Amino acid sequence: MEWINVIIQGVLVGGLYAMFAAGLSLIFGVMRLVNIAHGDLIVLAAYVALVVTQTLGIGPLTALIIVVPVMAAIGYALQWFVLNRTLGDDLLPPLLVTFGLSVIIQNGLLALFTADSVKLQAGAIEVATIRLSEGVYVGVLPLLQFAVAVAVIAGLQFIFYRTALGRAFRATADNPEVAQLMGLDNRRVFALAMALSLAVVAIAGVFLAVRANFDPSQGPARLIFGFEAVIIGGLGSLWGTLAGGLILGVAQAIGAHLDPGWQILAGHIAFLIVLALRPQGLFPKMGT
Amino acid sequence: MTVRVTFGTRANWIGAALGAIAFAALAAAPFWGGREDLQLLSEIFAYVALASLWNLLAGYAGLVSVGQQAYVGLGAYTLFALAILFGLSPLWSIPLAGLVAALVSIPVALLVFRLRGHYFAIGTWIVAEVFRLLAAQAAVLGGGSGTSLPAAMVIAIAPTRQLRDFTMYWIALALVAAVLALIVLLLRSRYGLALKAIRDSELAASCSGVDVTRTKIIVYIVTALATAMIGALIFLQKLRISPDAAFSVNDWTAFVIFITVIGGIGRIEGPIVGTLVFFALRQTLADLGTVYLLMLGVIAILIMLLAPKGIWGFVVERFGWQLFPLERRVLIEERRA
Repeated sequence: MEWINVIIQGVLVGGLYAMFAAGLSLIFGVMRLVNIAHGDLIVLAAYVALVVTQTLGIGPLTALIIVVPVMAAIGYALQWFVLNRTLGDDLLPPLLVTFGLSVIIQNGLLALFTADSVKLQAGAIEVATIRLSEGVYVGVLPLLQFAVAVAVIAGLQFIFYRTALGRAFRATADNPEVAQLMGLDNRRVFALAMALSLAVVAIAGVFLAVRANFDPSQGPARLIFGFEAVIIGGLGSLWGTLAGGLILGVAQAIGAHLDPGWQILAGHIAFLIVLALRPQGLFPKMGT
Repeated sequence: MTVRVTFGTRANWIGAALGAIAFAALAAAPFWGGREDLQLLSEIFAYVALASLWNLLAGYAGLVSVGQQAYVGLGAYTLFALAILFGLSPLWSIPLAGLVAALVSIPVALLVFRLRGHYFAIGTWIVAEVFRLLAAQAAVLGGGSGTSLPAAMVIAIAPTRQLRDFTMYWIALALVAAVLALIVLLLRSRYGLALKAIRDSELAASCSGVDVTRTKIIVYIVTALATAMIGALIFLQKLRISPDAAFSVNDWTAFVIFITVIGGIGRIEGPIVGTLVFFALRQTLADLGTVYLLMLGVIAILIMLLAPKGIWGFVVERFGWQLFPLERRVLIEERRA
């Protein structure tokens, strides 16, 4: 029973990691850019949600109506004004610029909100649980978070393979020059991809902020969890990313259960084992 | 007709003369500087060395790592472990720390080299995080809160505090000089030519018969070795170690990257110029705290977007100066009939 609980908790947290990973994977897929500031943007979204809930007096989940468009707009502007200028054959500029961005966001948040950790209050839903069987309970909030994660992955899958926007993403990813010849404006496509990525970041940020305390220094760890989920799942596969998030979540839960000091380490070890034995990931993209 | 390859221009003689004067003046620093001056200079030397090594890795070999703090911390922890567990003199531990890091870097390279480009960068960071978490588990070395160097070990360096300051300062100077000399020699060797070819075009390099992966692995291991020795020295001077300080991504990677980018990546002078700018900014703006770091990030981004070759890249383009004799020149002489 104890282990079933551990694994269920791991799976539910894994949904959150899959959301960290989905935005990262989307950006890499479309423009071959790894956004080092991704984790810091998740924490930024959490702080935006904090300000929104405090000034408007609404709950964190309602606040998503405002946080998601705000983060998407930030993403569009960031790509349009800064990151588009770094894209090219050389991989150093985007890496260094997003690294600089990470330091700017961290220290900007530190200056505005101090290093004290804060948390979003979601009210009664936070402590509500459902009884699955004798001795196995799951929280309503983690369950909701997991359901949202699955919905986000399904939504991205739908956008990618069933809409004109997704076709533009895939065309640009396959061959930017030809996509441009077919009348697509790559800069706009990239900006839309970043906007979509940060919309997912906004959802992930709000759930992160409701689940536990957060402070400005937490970004890099979120980036690393997202990255590990992407690599474990396999590049270019959204459902693989979800699986990668779940595996990471379960590995961390098992590690934490054995010894609290081993929680994060167990996740890293799972990642390194996959990298050593199956570097293409567990569920790589098939065919083209 | 004979064809000769030579290094250097007249500016190199000026560079060599300047270098010799600077080295002599710095070696004499204990006689003209105070304790604070020596500490500041040692810190500058450490950053020049770390940035030069990162530049070798990223600017020449195209291995953009954000995980070099793994080797700074590994070197530092090796020194503390040898001192605490085996009572080995810290001075002997510095080269041993380099050796340990070089050995550890081989399996690490095999693992992280499976990742390409940006993914390599984050992979190296995860390795550094693993090292940090493992160090936090080492109860004998103080676990998560760290430990201090035993007093007996401190005295083993030199009997008086002044002599210790002098010794550590000279070690720092010797190490940075050795690192720069190593990089110059490496770049002038066959491997240097291969590295420059890789820097300019990996595809063209491998078409010309350069074993790209082998060259990169060698550079990765050499860099790990030297980075760990610098790390051991940095924490020997601090006399205290903790996992968060030893494996800090900000101190040992973010600053190092900013220094290299501001000074000029892919040029040996870049990290030196960048370090001087970094410390000039720090000495004047450090009171601003977080705002200072924020500004540093903004400056690095602006340089990357507007002048991606950095300060020294601009100087080279404008004036053609080179302080180190690295440029190969082909001389073709007609043989007299």
